[in-house]
Amino acid sequence: MIEQLTGLIGYQFFNNALLAALLASIACGIIGSYIVIKRMVFISGGITHASFGGIGIAYFLGLNPVLGAAVFSILAALGIEWTSIKSNVREDSAIGILWSFGMAIGIIFIFMTPGYAPNLMSYLFGSILTVSVTDLWLIGILAVALIIIFTAFYHLILFVAYDEEYARSHKAPVNLIKYLMISLVALTIVLNIRLVGIILVISFLTIPQSTANIFTKRFNYIIILSIVFGIVGSVGGLFLSYFYNIPSGATIIFAFVVIFILSKLLKMTMVKISLRKQFNN
Amino acid sequence: MPIVELRDVSAGYADEIILKDINFSVNPFDFIGIIGPNGGGKTTLVKLILGLLKPLRGEIIWQENGNRVPIGYLPQSTDNDRQFPVTVNEIVLSGLMSQKRFTGRYTGKDRKRVRNVLELMGIGHLGNRNIGGLSGGQMQRVFLGRAIVSEPQLLILDEPNTFVDNSFEHDLYELLKELNSKMAILMVSHDVGTITSYVKTIACVNRNLHYHQSNIITQSQLESYNCPIQLITHGQVPHTVLGDHIHSDDHIHSDGHNHNHDKNHKH
Repeated sequence: MIEQLTGLIGYQFFNNALLAALLASIACGIIGSYIVIKRMVFISGGITHASFGGIGIAYFLGLNPVLGAAVFSILAALGIEWTSIKSNVREDSAIGILWSFGMAIGIIFIFMTPGYAPNLMSYLFGSILTVSVTDLWLIGILAVALIIIFTAFYHLILFVAYDEEYARSHKAPVNLIKYLMISLVALTIVLNIRLVGIILVISFLTIPQSTANIFTKRFNYIIILSIVFGIVGSVGGLFLSYFYNIPSGATIIFAFVVIFILSKLLKMTMVKISLRKQFNN
Repeated sequence: MPIVELRDVSAGYADEIILKDINFSVNPFDFIGIIGPNGGGKTTLVKLILGLLKPLRGEIIWQENGNRVPIGYLPQSTDNDRQFPVTVNEIVLSGLMSQKRFTGRYTGKDRKRVRNVLELMGIGHLGNRNIGGLSGGQMQRVFLGRAIVSEPQLLILDEPNTFVDNSFEHDLYELLKELNSKMAILMVSHDVGTITSYVKTIACVNRNLHYHQSNIITQSQLESYNCPIQLITHGQVPHTVLGDHIHSDDHIHSDGHNHNHDKNHKH
């Protein structure tokens, strides 16, 4: 087993996959914590699926699909944010429309593209084992940018996220922060689609964060803990997928959920013990 | 010179005008009670001054270089996301955000100010607590702490007595009296009887605004201001709220008291 493990590490494709899992865990740990505390999971799902429209159009025009997805999802994200700031449209309905419309556009354009669309399945389900060096660079730059932004503006981000109205009354740059955050959410989603796919990307942004939230109620600790849980789950999932020869994306999410359930059980036991101590005193 | 002046301001939402041709100014060390019926535009007025709402017509003039002065604001609702991972200390610290130019580089001095304010609010022991476990009254004290920690020139309170229990209510008003020596205060309240014994002047808001230059107001004056709210509570024995809440021997309140009694006898 150990030999198999060390042997595996020698393979370039596996090293790349490990590095991708690590970088994705950092980027998703940060931006996912923001998504979870802001209750933006549904918006993120909408942006994810809308990006498929960009992939389809890029295929049709013969452009880089990641670029198409990035442009499409950032536009979708800014559109959602703009709608919520400017008007009283029911936000969840707007997201629902965008969600399905993006998928529809994607399917239509891919169908209209002459010839065979080779990597389509990899956009739906991801392929962390075939990740390219360019992908690694992109997600690495994103991870570093997120670390810098969240360290430099931690208090301002928290201030605006917690009480937007109060922040506005203090003339804080609320709209700027909101547009910046939603763009970062979109970028993180797009770059992770290559790794785990449209259907599974939301797991990286929510499950490690929810696990972290079991143990801590502080935003900065939620970020750090969800990065840790993200790394443990994705690296563990990668090894499992290799040994049992099952798709990596699904295995990683399975590992995330197992960690979540174990954490929940652990926390419940800790609460019981603490209560018993208080009764005995 | 007033801190802020509203000139012929009209405001509303979508296609509905809530406030029409309001003229109103707040001077340093004012303590103005804002009263009026539900939907009359009290909160709309507050939002205008806070800059959360732009007037449809008219202008809002800030005297100090034309810039909005720092305002402390206690919102009416305290039901923000209670699962949000933020501590009491962090919320009160955020009241200093604009003084820190939004960098969030808080110093030991800032943290000391936060401690002092929490002590003043009677919640000094809650500083490190997450907001999740707080009661509505505690939450409101946290928000009041956030509003005053920066010692703003203007303090705006929207229904500060909604959640506060009776024992703190008295302390709260005494605290506001003290703060009033440093800042102007605008207080929205539905509890007319209580506020009139603390405020200096009264603004009646119901689509229009009538500014009443004293803190004594009678039912007939309210009616003439087109401000249909009751000074009297309805019970077995009719009595005035004003009379019940007099804390000092202010003889002036007896005017309102008598007047209301007269009115009751007519019924």
